[in-house]
Amino acid sequence: MTAFLLKRSTQSLLVLFIMSLLVFSGVNLVGDPVEMLINPEADQEDVERVIRELGLDRPITEQYWFFLVNAFKGDLGTSFVFGEPALKLIIQRMPATLELAFFSLFISIIFALPLGIYAGLKPESKISKLIMAGSILGFSMPTFWVGIIFIMIFAVHLGWLPSTGRGEIGTFMGIHSSLFTLDGLSHIFLPALNLALFKLSSIVRLTRAGTREIIHQDYIKFARAKGLSENRVINTHLLKNILIPIVTVVGLEFGSLIAFSTVTETIFAWPGMGKLIIDSIYNLDRPVIVAYLMIIVFFFVFLNLIVDILYTILDPRVRIQGSK
Amino acid sequence: MKLINGLIIFIMSCFLSSMSFSKDLTVGLKSEPSSIDPHYHNLGPNNSFSTHIFDSLVGTDENQQHYPNLAVSWKPIDDTTWEFKLRKNVKWHDGSDFTADDVIFTSQRAPNVPKSPSGFGTYLKGKTFIKIDSHTIHIKTGKPYPLMPNDISTVKIISKKHGENASTSDYNSGKAAIGTGPYKFVQWVPGDKIVIEANENYHGALKNKPAYKKVLFKPIKTGPARIAALLAGDVDLIDSVPPLDVARLKKNNKLKLMSGPSNRVIYLHMDQFREDSPHIRAIGGGKIKNPLMNVKVRKAISLAINRDAMVEKVMEGIAVKAGQLLPAGFHGVSPKMKPDPYDPSTAKKLLKEAGYGDGFEMTIHGPNDRYINDAKIAEALAQMLSRIGIKAKVETMPKAVYFKRASSGGPNKSPEFSFMVLGWGAGSGEASSPLRALLHSYDKSIGMGRANRGRHSDPAVDKIIQKALSTVDADARGKLLAEATEIAVGQNYGVIPVHYQMNTWATTSNLSYQPRTDERTIVMGLSDN
Repeated sequence: MTAFLLKRSTQSLLVLFIMSLLVFSGVNLVGDPVEMLINPEADQEDVERVIRELGLDRPITEQYWFFLVNAFKGDLGTSFVFGEPALKLIIQRMPATLELAFFSLFISIIFALPLGIYAGLKPESKISKLIMAGSILGFSMPTFWVGIIFIMIFAVHLGWLPSTGRGEIGTFMGIHSSLFTLDGLSHIFLPALNLALFKLSSIVRLTRAGTREIIHQDYIKFARAKGLSENRVINTHLLKNILIPIVTVVGLEFGSLIAFSTVTETIFAWPGMGKLIIDSIYNLDRPVIVAYLMIIVFFFVFLNLIVDILYTILDPRVRIQGSK
Repeated sequence: MKLINGLIIFIMSCFLSSMSFSKDLTVGLKSEPSSIDPHYHNLGPNNSFSTHIFDSLVGTDENQQHYPNLAVSWKPIDDTTWEFKLRKNVKWHDGSDFTADDVIFTSQRAPNVPKSPSGFGTYLKGKTFIKIDSHTIHIKTGKPYPLMPNDISTVKIISKKHGENASTSDYNSGKAAIGTGPYKFVQWVPGDKIVIEANENYHGALKNKPAYKKVLFKPIKTGPARIAALLAGDVDLIDSVPPLDVARLKKNNKLKLMSGPSNRVIYLHMDQFREDSPHIRAIGGGKIKNPLMNVKVRKAISLAINRDAMVEKVMEGIAVKAGQLLPAGFHGVSPKMKPDPYDPSTAKKLLKEAGYGDGFEMTIHGPNDRYINDAKIAEALAQMLSRIGIKAKVETMPKAVYFKRASSGGPNKSPEFSFMVLGWGAGSGEASSPLRALLHSYDKSIGMGRANRGRHSDPAVDKIIQKALSTVDADARGKLLAEATEIAVGQNYGVIPVHYQMNTWATTSNLSYQPRTDERTIVMGLSDN
């Protein structure tokens, strides 16, 4: 087990290193941050001062070496735009993105499960057909367009919900989140629904397919034959069995929910990581771009490592191969 | 009696102030500042925001004209010394007194902020600040320097007490963000909001009294979202309304739109330093001597531009035709120069005279996310040029890529493109700003022509610009600048001006905003109907 862990950790480190090399050199190929940052009225002398100040006069290999050395100390560089540590900027905005992702996941599950089960149980009914048609729409409509339509309908015409930004932040059990205030909930609802739509549609379809398959299984027939109430058949026997693939998919795609949030965050001016990375790419804030990508890579590498470890625990064959 | 009078005034003022401070305001901004530190980043959104918290010695109004702010008067007392008299009885937000020491401290800190991506050394270098008494400052320069009030107006004065040992982070957290301005800093959550509140003890230069108790700035990057927020009543004022939406929004009686010309001219830079220009070919793709070196060709291009169509069709009417580098009303603008007429037949004749009667092929480069409708401008230009036989292709790209290539993408860090669409905003509010940066010969040693991406060069023009930059008398300098523009733009066609950008703000129907030429969004510019 120890040998396996050691081997996997080295592999993970290697992946991180290669990614850092790719990301760093890729980002440094594009554009000139000084042109983005400096006031146009500055003269050549000022420009050179800024180039020195940002360390851009050094050769790229030296810049990379500095980055590596500092990264080992936990410092992923200083933002060109904000002059603050890139890591701090990203961590500052992580809660907003996470709460948006969690809340939209919550919305999609709450709506998708009943709709999907209904469509699976009564595939021929008109409502089911409507649900399925709706799920195709949810798949295919672009997020930014839906977001703007939501704003137009719910914020502008009906005036029910605020159109932009994050609401008041409350504290519950030491966690700060806008989910704990009424104002915060009213702000998060539209962006979360916008983000949830795609996921919702896929879970509806998944649930329906699962329901259609499982409803014909012998144990459902048996449960019905035993004379159990329809509610109990559905809530216990059906739900438990269709949940397995859904949980897997939801878990796997939670990352993509965070990735998709960039579009939603930009439209709803949601102060999360996605908006930060978009702004940083726009302004060529290289350290923030590199730090963001490194964190994401680290995240995925770490998750994979956990999954692999879990496999070794669940499946002895993997462990035997690993420790050879 | 005096006491009673004083008491009445006191009660009245309490009453009045509590009335005027009763409202809150929310503003939707396209771009948020990158810091609260007024000296960290010399860029539009930062300078715009810091005006609420901090004052400069010399204020600039909506037309970039100067007015006394923390300085009550300023004048040159000899060739190389300017005297600034400071306003008395001004308090910092913490109640301490504003004195000359704060100004001296500011002059030392502003150009030297660590990690600053664009500092104020641009405006402060070569100037020595000397304290004469607690409310008098002398600023000395090596040689006569006329742009002193312009330069000084850009620098916000900070408190020595709070600024000493303070880092940019201390300003961002609010610890050091103590100013003399009409509003006090409350909180900044990057990407989310900035909160400020009224400074009830504001010294009150001009009309800048704080009218709102609390102001909330929200960064809303996308245009449609900004408009929706205004329509939904979530914000009271937005900036940068996209021209495409202006006509439609004007019909909505819940809103009010206000447009004004900015100090930004959209112009064309043309390669004038390479015999063989990389993006110019003869018809069919063969080599050709760079036609843009010939002034007749440059003039022909200017005559081929239908500026009326550009303003009406491409800019939706939200722009003004340009014939020089700054719109009328700015210092150093020539009263004689008019926008070139649309005259394709003369243009064709000129091309023929220059020996390019068959036309040539050229690529127009432009950004697609920097100026209002920039990519459309480039496409319209290509169509207009094709009418006089210049086969123009268009290539647009994000500004992050564009500006590097436009300035230094070629061999030996020379400009890469042959023909490019660009814009210039005169931050200092004078024709000297575009002249020295765009039309003076590129000369690193004296800091001239930094943005001269076509490398236009005329020693006669250089001489006039340099003379103007050391002429303290404002009228004489204005004449010199006008003369330089008449030669460099009017005769040489060193650059071709297309139009002046206009900016549009929108408010709810019970407010109105005074458009500013410097494109800033400042709460003090709002008034009730």
